[in-house]
Amino acid sequence: MLDCPIKKAFVSPMSVSMLRAVLLFPLFCLALLCAPFSARAAMEIQVIGGAANKIAVAMVPFQAAPGQPSPALTQIAGDDLNRSGQFRLVDVGGAQQPVMPAQVDYGVWRGKGADALVVGQVAAQPGGRLEIRFYLLDVLKQTQLAAYSYTITAGQWRATAHQIADLIYAKLTGIPGAFSTRIAYVQKQGRRYELRVADADGQNPRTVVRSNESVISPMFSPDGSQIVYVSFEDRKPVVYVQSLRDGHRRKLAAFKGSNSAPAWTPDGRRLAVVLTRDGASQIYMINADGGGLTRLTRGSNIDTEPVFSPDGQTLYFTSDRGGSPQIYRMAASGGEAKRVTFNGSYNVSPAISPDGKYLAYISRDGGRFSVTLQELASGQTRVLTDTARDESPSFAPNGQAVLYATVQGEQGILGTVSLDGKTHARLSESGVDAREPVWGP
Amino acid sequence: MNKILWPILVALTLSACGTTGGTQATVEDRTGSKAGTASTGQGTETTGVGGSGVAGNAMGDQYSGDPRKNPASPLSKRSVFFDYDSFVVKDEYRPMLEAHAGYLMSKRDAHVILQGNADERGSREYNLALGQKRAEAVRKALAVLGVSDAQMEAISFGEEKPRSEGHTDEAYAENRRTDVVYSDEK
Repeated sequence: MLDCPIKKAFVSPMSVSMLRAVLLFPLFCLALLCAPFSARAAMEIQVIGGAANKIAVAMVPFQAAPGQPSPALTQIAGDDLNRSGQFRLVDVGGAQQPVMPAQVDYGVWRGKGADALVVGQVAAQPGGRLEIRFYLLDVLKQTQLAAYSYTITAGQWRATAHQIADLIYAKLTGIPGAFSTRIAYVQKQGRRYELRVADADGQNPRTVVRSNESVISPMFSPDGSQIVYVSFEDRKPVVYVQSLRDGHRRKLAAFKGSNSAPAWTPDGRRLAVVLTRDGASQIYMINADGGGLTRLTRGSNIDTEPVFSPDGQTLYFTSDRGGSPQIYRMAASGGEAKRVTFNGSYNVSPAISPDGKYLAYISRDGGRFSVTLQELASGQTRVLTDTARDESPSFAPNGQAVLYATVQGEQGILGTVSLDGKTHARLSESGVDAREPVWGP
Repeated sequence: MNKILWPILVALTLSACGTTGGTQATVEDRTGSKAGTASTGQGTETTGVGGSGVAGNAMGDQYSGDPRKNPASPLSKRSVFFDYDSFVVKDEYRPMLEAHAGYLMSKRDAHVILQGNADERGSREYNLALGQKRAEAVRKALAVLGVSDAQMEAISFGEEKPRSEGHTDEAYAENRRTDVVYSDEK
């Protein structure tokens, strides 16, 4: 019997063209035809809680052009803002529906409790293109905060909506948005595993690896053009690097023993990996092209889950050298390790915030595994979740939320939580186990 | 290449000679058991003619097939179980490991993969390292018994290939395990 366990697809940032994928990768076309390709079912999102003082935004549905994609731009962007927990969407029903700032009666929107107002329109252009103009207005000051126009193809619809949400978020909070970023995760359905790349809202999922064996520990390269992961298709864990542009991949680490836990340096030139070629699970550095292997930790216990600080100077990792698994840090060039976590007997899976100030990790308390946040300067910790089987935390590129995996019922789902622990969003797809999420650029 | 050809030749020889019937050999899947094989290779399965392997006929107490598959031999035992949070190979596994060490030392072209496993609780990467520690414990035990490093590879499946899918203490105990798998076996 012949079977092809690994089937690869490719991701282009703006559009998914099945035809192009088939033409470019005839080797995989059978596989692609066997299973419906990519962007079918996407995750459903549920938002719970939010900040105490939310910014009230009224998003007037943009004047539509005939044949424009759905859902509406204001729907996608509004969902983004809502998921952040920092905004309250004002009901726009029954009010005037302005398209341009000159048409706005600010008194009406002040009466509805709006702090900010978004208006705009979509217009059809020759060649099937769409022109989008939108305005962000300060209702209290009656001023224009931003005005933008885009000319896009229908395939750029969602990406444009996320950019609009990013602009609104940045103008109103002073913090860059992360709605235009992507996440990767592994889904398991029956005995089939898929490594998927999706928009940050879990929509627009594209499968980049299909396998009959497990895939774990994905991580985007710092420039977002590649993804590294651990695959068990070779009957042992092997680290692969795959291009997200064309789907080509190669083995990065396939040494004797197990190869796992890859982590890119912030400059994208090297990776930390965990190898067992010399016995215990130890951390090594390897060039992105697979050369230049050097050993970083030298012990007989477990050292794993390496991750770099954003400046690339410090390596955080999990080790059982003290008897129980705890998080340690050491200079990326090597040397002595210092323990970072002290509460409890099981603290694993470190992630460092983009500003380098926070450590997110999984801590066990009783039988519960929860996402925990530690301020590195003070050592103060806070449990962010009320779920019991959390794994794999990673920060949003703007540092405002942590993405993680957990279990609800018997199903693996993804969650995001704000750093204050007040806003939770859950992403799940019925009948599908999602796990091993990571947030990328 | 010799390793792959040898059982095929044996199989051919046996089937050519097997006029009395009943003796069959299975050509087993060797693909994917080592690093460096083609990445899409492991799903390929080749099976020999007809069937379920060697049939043990009533020929006295002499086992006629692969000694590693003789249910009466400690070589047929392949799993070493570990206590919770422990990496100590318990005494009860000594006869089994001695038998495997003896086999490996008598057949220098034989090769074993020691596959460590862990239960599902906690981090997947940390569980991979725990499984590795269990595989490494068995590798060291075999090395002490005289097996060459070149004949062994310790790897881990972590929590990725559970033998028991349950979420009970019994299921977890079943998954805290190292399997001894010969490279010429599936």
